[in-house]
Amino acid sequence: MVNFFLLILIYSGIYALMAIGQNLITGYTGMLSLCQAGFFAIGSYVTAILATSLGWSLWATLPVAALLSAMFGVLIGLPTLRLKGDYLAIATLGFGEIVRNVLNNWDSLTGGPMGIQRIPMATIFSFTINPYKKWAFLALVILIVVISYYLFERLGRSRMGRALQAIRDDEIAAASMGINVTKYKVWAFAIGASVAGIAGSLQSVFSLSVTPNSYTFMVSIMVLCMVVLGGMGNFAAVILGAFIIQLISYFPQLTGLSSVIPPQFKQILFGLILVVMMIWRPQGIIGVRSYRVGQKKSKAKGAK
Amino acid sequence: MGSLSEFFQHFVNGLTLGGVYALIALGYTMVYGILKFINFAHGDVLMVGAYIGLFVFDALRGSAPLGAWTFIAFFLAMLISMVLTAALGVVIERVAYKPLRKASRLAPLLSAIGVSFILSNSAAWAWGTQSRKLNYPFDNTPFEIGGVVITPHQVLVLVVSILMMVALKVFVDRSRMGKAMRATSLDQDTARLMGINVNVVISLTFAIGSALAAAGGMLIALDFKAYPTMGMMLGLKAFVAAVVGGIGNIGGAMLGGITLGLLETFGVAVFGIPQAMKDTISFAVLIIVLLVRPQGLLGKVVREKV
Amino acid sequence: MKLLQTEKLTRAYGGVMAVNEVDFSAQEGLITGLIGPNGAGKTTLFNNMTGLDIPTEGKVFFDEKEITGFPSHKIARLGIARTFQNIRLFKEMSVIENVMIGRHFMTGESPHKKRLTNMFKSYFFMESEEALMLENAHKWLNFFDMDEFANEDAKNLPYGRQRELEIARALASNPKILFLDEPAAGMNPQETEHLMDTIRKIRDTGVTVVLIEHDMKLVMSICDNITVLNYGQKIAQGTPKEIKNNPLVIEAYLGKEE
Repeated sequence: MVNFFLLILIYSGIYALMAIGQNLITGYTGMLSLCQAGFFAIGSYVTAILATSLGWSLWATLPVAALLSAMFGVLIGLPTLRLKGDYLAIATLGFGEIVRNVLNNWDSLTGGPMGIQRIPMATIFSFTINPYKKWAFLALVILIVVISYYLFERLGRSRMGRALQAIRDDEIAAASMGINVTKYKVWAFAIGASVAGIAGSLQSVFSLSVTPNSYTFMVSIMVLCMVVLGGMGNFAAVILGAFIIQLISYFPQLTGLSSVIPPQFKQILFGLILVVMMIWRPQGIIGVRSYRVGQKKSKAKGAK
Repeated sequence: MGSLSEFFQHFVNGLTLGGVYALIALGYTMVYGILKFINFAHGDVLMVGAYIGLFVFDALRGSAPLGAWTFIAFFLAMLISMVLTAALGVVIERVAYKPLRKASRLAPLLSAIGVSFILSNSAAWAWGTQSRKLNYPFDNTPFEIGGVVITPHQVLVLVVSILMMVALKVFVDRSRMGKAMRATSLDQDTARLMGINVNVVISLTFAIGSALAAAGGMLIALDFKAYPTMGMMLGLKAFVAAVVGGIGNIGGAMLGGITLGLLETFGVAVFGIPQAMKDTISFAVLIIVLLVRPQGLLGKVVREKV
Repeated sequence: MKLLQTEKLTRAYGGVMAVNEVDFSAQEGLITGLIGPNGAGKTTLFNNMTGLDIPTEGKVFFDEKEITGFPSHKIARLGIARTFQNIRLFKEMSVIENVMIGRHFMTGESPHKKRLTNMFKSYFFMESEEALMLENAHKWLNFFDMDEFANEDAKNLPYGRQRELEIARALASNPKILFLDEPAAGMNPQETEHLMDTIRKIRDTGVTVVLIEHDMKLVMSICDNITVLNYGQKIAQGTPKEIKNNPLVIEAYLGKEE
């Protein structure tokens, strides 16, 4: 039981990374991307391939995973983001499927539908982070989530974060205030993709094998749900959202009801969450951004 | 390319595929024209339409042998499926999109993705994940005209899609309601001021788009089977078709659908793109169109008023 | 000195000439009004000078350099700021953040060589920079007497305040020239009166102002120069007094007398 709960926490952490990226893309910049699963897959396979065939350690593969995901992000972002409208959503939907298509068919590199097995465990100073001993792995995941949270929260508060929100609220006004809209959108998309790539690396050293079927559209939808449920534009809320969605996802196993509850139950619930939240609480369960510029200052003023 | 007859063979194949894409693309383009929003659930509405048609046809047919009755039963099933699917489309709009008309641009999109996910998973739950084939209502033995092999199914697809598109074009261009639709797509507020019931127009748009998707879904299920997630790829391709033609433009959706069907068929047959990567073609087409001519073949450049 | 001028600027939409060979200019340090009946092409001319639209023909000069066809974010960086006819605020952001955006392009990335180091600096050591932006933003809120609204969401401000906030945001970018598109639209007479004072105050700080306005009282009393458009063409240019007595202008507004 404890072990199972730890598993849920580990997956919450891995998905929280993707959700943090999605939040920058969707919550801050207002762009709808539907392929965190695609970047997740790219990160996983980068680590899997480099570790198994070239013997690289996890730490060496992490930046490659992040960079390659970001590069693909730029590749889809450039043609779609300079346009008005929601072409990004469709392009990313297609991209996610194509990634899986390629993974399934490029046998020589990806092992096709069988995927890649026997990925070496991650080590740190000759200490092996054995995924079967979940505590150590959980510590690793938490560490990376905390670092990412700190970096992204800071990014959100920086001038770039403010520019992204301005773009979300009104692109034309943002441009007329000197903000290079396309550049920022592509940056946000690439950064959001790169953190999903890192999540993918972690996933592959956790499950020690990768197959194309772990990177379906449902993964992207789950990530989207985490952001919508927690609260768009709030990184802490999104991490909480990741935990709740993972709880729902593992609810049948957790309660021992997996024979009673049909496997589609959770997916239908995810769909419902999106619709219901949009209608009744579009700001998410936590809602408002955790930080507001100027508030500190005015409080300080009040204290004077 | 081997010969002229081979060329025509691929052409006919591409045309039939394109006809179905066009039928589905119309639903995207009509909704986009009026609400400026991509109805992500459209592909899944199509899936539901295909299943309804399949069940109704099997029930009507019973164990009757192929013949006049099966032919009639097929069209009856198509009619019933179109009506029911139209109703589904209207209900979806009322429940999941209408409350969000004044909300942020993202809200209806996210809601639509939710609906799409609910539909495809409910279908998997109710009807199982295995794919089902809609039986041919006629003898599908191919025949040959001048070296080109044509199946009766292809004839059916072409006839049905062309008839429906012509009917739609006439309806939108000539009828009162069609005029109201065009007015609403140009300017919703003004249309309202002119006494047009915008809600009715929007419902009608969803009804027509969904009905056409149901027909398209049935035509697909005849050849490629129906399964709960069929809507995703088909929806994606139909959307690409709508963008290629110029989103929001009804004639454009037709042209885009046929263009995409031809590109896919020729891409595989002539340019040797592996069958497994066939789906990638439409994606590449989307990216190229967005780069080169984002307004699509027949679309106009729309400027936001400032 | 002419701070901004256009040379035979033309913008055609299909066959319709929204702006037709217009020579417009704004004198440095003055208030220039742009008037004309509805559909005369005023906003189109604005959009073509501020990069939201690209002229079909003709040129735009700012500070003696050609800027025709520049994207709007580049134009903003040169010192051209604007407001919009149908207020375009960053609605979900607070009032103070809206104004801070005005200073966006002056921080962080700017000088070419040090782009990367500046990026890192503005990320890891943003506090000092933020404090400066905040201070500047407060200065402009204070100018408009809106300090109390600093942490309010922009969308929750009353209408007149939203118009002022849009001007504050534009001014925060330290522009040389400010374009106002119908700043008094929807305001009551007292608010308009107040706005006129504000616009004069802005000019007195050295900012050149160009404005589109239908309120003739406002235009005639604060503008130093007026340009009149009709059917996309410039039909008159001069001081308020000259414009008032110009038969072409009277005809454009009142119709031709028999």
